Amino acid sequence: MGLELYLDLLSQPCRAVYLFAKKNGIPFQLRPVELLKGQHVSREFSQVNSLHKVPTLKDGDFVLSESTAIMIYLSCKYRTADHWYPEDLQARARVHEYLGWHADSIRGIFGVPLWSQVLAPLLGVQVSEEKVERNRTSMKQALGQLEETFLRGRAFVAGQQVTLADLLALEELMQPVALGHDLFEGRPRLAAWRACVEDFLGAQLCQETRGCILSVLEQAANKTIPVPPPEAHESVLLRIARIP
Amino acid sequence: MGLELYLDLLSQPCRAIYIFAKKNGIPFQLRPVELRQAEHLSEAFAQVNPLKKVPALKDGDFTLAESVAILLYLTHKYKVPDHWYPQDLQARARVDEYLAWQHTALRRSCLRALWHKLTERERERERDLPSADSFSRWPQWPGLGQAEARSQEPGARSFFLVFHVMFPVFLGELVSPELLAATLAELEVNLQALEDTFLQNKVFLAGPHVTLADLVAITELMHAVGAGCQVFEGRPKLAAWRQRVEAAVGEDLFREAHEVILKAKDSAPADPTIKQKLMPGVLAMIR
Repeated sequence: MGLELYLDLLSQPCRAVYLFAKKNGIPFQLRPVELLKGQHVSREFSQVNSLHKVPTLKDGDFVLSESTAIMIYLSCKYRTADHWYPEDLQARARVHEYLGWHADSIRGIFGVPLWSQVLAPLLGVQVSEEKVERNRTSMKQALGQLEETFLRGRAFVAGQQVTLADLLALEELMQPVALGHDLFEGRPRLAAWRACVEDFLGAQLCQETRGCILSVLEQAANKTIPVPPPEAHESVLLRIARIP
Repeated sequence: MGLELYLDLLSQPCRAIYIFAKKNGIPFQLRPVELRQAEHLSEAFAQVNPLKKVPALKDGDFTLAESVAILLYLTHKYKVPDHWYPQDLQARARVDEYLAWQHTALRRSCLRALWHKLTERERERERDLPSADSFSRWPQWPGLGQAEARSQEPGARSFFLVFHVMFPVFLGELVSPELLAATLAELEVNLQALEDTFLQNKVFLAGPHVTLADLVAITELMHAVGAGCQVFEGRPKLAAWRQRVEAAVGEDLFREAHEVILKAKDSAPADPTIKQKLMPGVLAMIR
């Protein structure tokens, strides 16, 4: 069967995995899992990943979830260029240092605008202004730390070269950007970093990867976004309830 | 100078690192950072970790934060036995998968569950007290540890934090019964995922041998146990796994690493000004 990647490009970590695989010319079958259609909770997908999460990798009988684990696996198996996940002890440590901070300060935070602005209203749910404001503050704080700590004296978040950490970081930031938040405004260091990463990846690949998320506001306006089916409601509502 | 590890054994990720370093005979200087004295917020410590969190590592001029990064650095530098983080591609991927998942799943829900439960109890106590403005009058809570607040990596915090005064009425307002119920439900889901998705019928979380994944998981869950939350009750599979991990690590080392957290409930309450410093971090944590 070959390598299969179960992805929904609406999802930030899915985009990071997609960019990584494509940029490195890793051959794979794309298995789309549309979260909005509730496909992640389908019986079919549950057999692949019982946690109902994307991204998921399937390599023969071997199934793997978690974007970080997937990218590390791919980088080793397909012997991607060293800079993505350097062999050097300290350089590699910096990648994991960033990823640790990312899990706390970026994940779960930068995805919120999609939920509050588009997905919650689809189910007739309103996310309070207080939560929206709190989320904006959290994003602002995280961006500050990104600039002051991770991008200080470095071209990329974990060092002087692009690593898999940059893909994960940038795709998270692109989520609110797609929802109309200009996070890069007034943040020259961050904007320069973004430009470098996108330059490295190539405009075409970036566009291809982000087509879906970048058109989400337009789709919402045209009412062409599918309303999640009943079997997906629980997971969507749970996710919305978890917004701090 | 040699390797320095900046730790407070009150913190779960600090304990995972301590156990790992000791078990593998890695020589290091222990640099205690007293979270209860807000030492992690000091300028001196910021030189080691500008993010002001424990654990932190200093190896000559090289400083490093984040527990997974530190564990992997030690793994590679000191060439520990392969089973901790196997060379085999798929076996290692299983460890990476757990280490990634736990950060945003089990840790989060365990932490929130504890805080939310504590807040409920605070609310009950508050009803019995004439006023909330005298910090020194708050009694010790048996079975609960002292506050750590945002002193360690946020996602890696233990889930038995207590401020002996924390504006409980304020906290109470933040944690409605619905939020508490949702939090506990989420904890259940994550404990179930730990059993069904990760452990399954294996000996250890990522395979037949103990790995970094087991160390990170066990120190998280044991912290709960140390403070009185019986996460192993009604979960014989998890309980059996716990025994195996303790045996693999060595019971003496395990006990030594957990001494601080087990004594935490007997320690004096923190100074009110220190509590004030730690407050924003705690609030951010429990939402």
